[in-house]
Amino acid sequence: MAEETTNPTPAEPATAAKAAPAAKPTSPAAAKPAAAKPAGHAAPKGPPLATLTPELAQLQQHFGESIITPAPYVGVLVNDLSKLRDVMTYVRDQLGFDMLANVTAVDYIKEGYLQVVYHPQRSKGGQPITIKVRVPRGSDPVAPTEVAVPSLTPIYAGAEFQEREIYDMYGVRFEGHPDLRRILTWEGFYGWPLRKDWHEPYYEGDTKPFDSRWPGGHHELAEERVPWGDNVNYPPGFDPLNFNSDPDAGLYDSMLSGVPNAPIGPNGHAQQAPQPQGVGAAVSVYDRNYNTLADEEELQTDQIIVNMGPQHPSTHGVLRMVVKLDGETVTDLKLALGYLHRNHEKIGERNTWLHNIPYTDRLDYICGLANELGYVITVEKMMGIKPTERAEYLRVIMAELTRIESHFWAIGFLLNDLGAFYTPALYFITERDLILDLFESVTGSRLMCNYMRFGGVSRDFTEDQLAHARELAFDRIPRKIDELEQLLTENEIIKARTIGVGYLPAERSINYSLTGPCLRAAGVPYDIRRADPYSIYDRFDFEIPVFYGADVYDRYRVRVAEMRQSLRIVQQALNQIDQTKPGDIQAGKKAYNHRVPAGEAYGRVETPKGELGFYLVSDGGQNPYRYHVRSSSFINLNALKEMTVGHKVADAVVILGSLDIVLGEVDR
Amino acid sequence: MAEPTNANVSEEFQNDPRVPDELRNNVFITSLDKLYNWGRKRSMWPMLFGLACCAIEMIATAASRHDLARFGWELMRASPRQADLMIVSGTVTKKMIPQIVRLYNQMPEPRYVIAMGACATAGGPFKEGYNVVSGVDKFIPVDVYITGCPPRPEALLHSFIKLQEKIEKQSLRNVPWYRQGEEDVVPVPALGPDLVDMRRAQEIKEKAAQAAPALEQPTA
Repeated sequence: MAEETTNPTPAEPATAAKAAPAAKPTSPAAAKPAAAKPAGHAAPKGPPLATLTPELAQLQQHFGESIITPAPYVGVLVNDLSKLRDVMTYVRDQLGFDMLANVTAVDYIKEGYLQVVYHPQRSKGGQPITIKVRVPRGSDPVAPTEVAVPSLTPIYAGAEFQEREIYDMYGVRFEGHPDLRRILTWEGFYGWPLRKDWHEPYYEGDTKPFDSRWPGGHHELAEERVPWGDNVNYPPGFDPLNFNSDPDAGLYDSMLSGVPNAPIGPNGHAQQAPQPQGVGAAVSVYDRNYNTLADEEELQTDQIIVNMGPQHPSTHGVLRMVVKLDGETVTDLKLALGYLHRNHEKIGERNTWLHNIPYTDRLDYICGLANELGYVITVEKMMGIKPTERAEYLRVIMAELTRIESHFWAIGFLLNDLGAFYTPALYFITERDLILDLFESVTGSRLMCNYMRFGGVSRDFTEDQLAHARELAFDRIPRKIDELEQLLTENEIIKARTIGVGYLPAERSINYSLTGPCLRAAGVPYDIRRADPYSIYDRFDFEIPVFYGADVYDRYRVRVAEMRQSLRIVQQALNQIDQTKPGDIQAGKKAYNHRVPAGEAYGRVETPKGELGFYLVSDGGQNPYRYHVRSSSFINLNALKEMTVGHKVADAVVILGSLDIVLGEVDR
Repeated sequence: MAEPTNANVSEEFQNDPRVPDELRNNVFITSLDKLYNWGRKRSMWPMLFGLACCAIEMIATAASRHDLARFGWELMRASPRQADLMIVSGTVTKKMIPQIVRLYNQMPEPRYVIAMGACATAGGPFKEGYNVVSGVDKFIPVDVYITGCPPRPEALLHSFIKLQEKIEKQSLRNVPWYRQGEEDVVPVPALGPDLVDMRRAQEIKEKAAQAAPALEQPTA
């Protein structure tokens, strides 16, 4: 615990004139002793202040103790919003935290402010630091905050979508953001859904279990409880016969302006090219060498906007790409997300801690077990418990098998996107099904395993299941990976289609917060299993495969190499698990209701897609006060535009396939 | 020549002296309905259209182990104009439902809908979410519902068999798509402050005029 006598209150608004009204209410609260913590839904009152890590101490020293103060529990608070960009530039350039892992917000409604939380990290490894700022919630519950936070997009390109998400969910305005629109909901949505005073139409209470679930053993339909008879809610006086519905407002705006060529009408059709610039300019921009045309000046070219998705065979779900095309060349690209936004975080804040485990399966539904691991590790960090030895091994076996099956899937569908329709995928789905058989026999489900528990796992492997796992790990899968490589790695068509496509150099990848195989294909050996080891990965002998091409081909090669490394880990784990005690899979007693001490934690694991982080805030109650998922698929998509512009539209599909996104994780 | 007995070939036809020998045992007599439905039920073209987790199991169903091709249903078409069947495989969100309804309207008759899994059936584990539609049948008619989260490939195959049974029972005389009159088009819902079902617009307007404020103030 920190012994910061100079700053007894975390939110002392010394220099932040703007933030003063927000921070004031905390001062009396913070004076109370930390022990007097009411259960239920109160925000943390008078929490202990964080001990400053050497980096944060250096930061405080540089900017002064009035600007940087220790925050409750973890990290520091930047008290002057106008200094935020300076602070973050210093953090990036002087302290070396070159990657913004996570940005999110928390609504401290009792104190009257929204807290934006940044987690920068070093691409060389180590733990992230936590930096927080506060903005007053504002008087109008449906308007964005009056006070704006400076956008960090000029410093960290990876902040773009994350800040948009905060704007969408909390109504925090970001000044200087290039495209601040709603991202998961739609333009015109009423209110800010993750604010604590915003209630969904089926709202029953802040915490589960809800009273309606089993009164006398009968249930009632949620539809019967709400005035509208459905999962909807409208502002008073809303007139559905006369309203302006424009869910895509602003989507095409920047694609229409700021381009070398013609303006495009609201329907996506190009209008007449403007006379002053002429068409020759456009031709020279794209260097199309139409020199033999005598009347080049009269050649009319148009750019068109094409919507790919949300129903499109190659967008891996309900992603929507809006591409601007000059002929077949992509000149601009925007993403419209949220078509699978199923309110994971809002539901997660209603659930008890235990309830959330099966929900995490449904984040990235290809690799549910890896998601569960991330969540339980974060909660265990807050509870201060450790799983048993055997449970650790079982977790690692499951997580690494998940990585293998996920990469099988990713490679199969990358080939799909390359035009080898379904045949390669069929081979890999066959292998994947064998792994799913093991999951099913152990956990009872193929995809949604609900296997991990706080302090352990739910079921042990039997001898038969261990034998099944050994057969897979020592015999079947190694053979099949060899076969895969034989078929694909030196395939001429694959090489011609993928080498040099989707290039994004290492510095840009880091700046975009890219994680997972995509980052390692750019030559950055960043893998959380090594960079910030968790579970028992430090016991195993394995390598982090790195390639340097930063293109689609190397992303493919990284995945193949990772499958081999995962196999090595599974093999070692299967050899070592015999030394643990069978049946000893749960530390402590099994519990239905877990009490997590008040505090906050950011925990992360390396899933097949990249860094999966959970930012959890507990107020000591039986459910999370804040439950945020930092999903790699979502944040990796930030970089899609830079990877794609200049390529043909057919390559855009391949580049998207090489990112290996899963929409459940993108939209959450 | 051995006598292959076939129940479909009527006795009368077999014994009629006017029927030449080479046609006996080669002619089936059946009703037009049966022939028509027999062809339809074995050549369904599902739409290549996945929403969420269930789509993964749908792909697994089409893959080699479960082999959807056995049913003649493996030809997935990405265009709704070429599809007979929509498998709603996953959570239906408010942001997505206008597109789903539009796709449904673009499918030519006869068209069928399978609601795959808990979410498409009733909202599933995400029902309480503010962006989740409580079942796709709030907007489009569903022929077969499957339980599960997600349903196993076998469950999806089972739903195909159930749908085949349903198709077998349909008769040309009373199927809706040969009737005169207007086409059955579902109005596309709009996204305003919340999802607006245009069929209920009048009702919504009346209720909104007297509704309580949507955003409640926090109770301290």
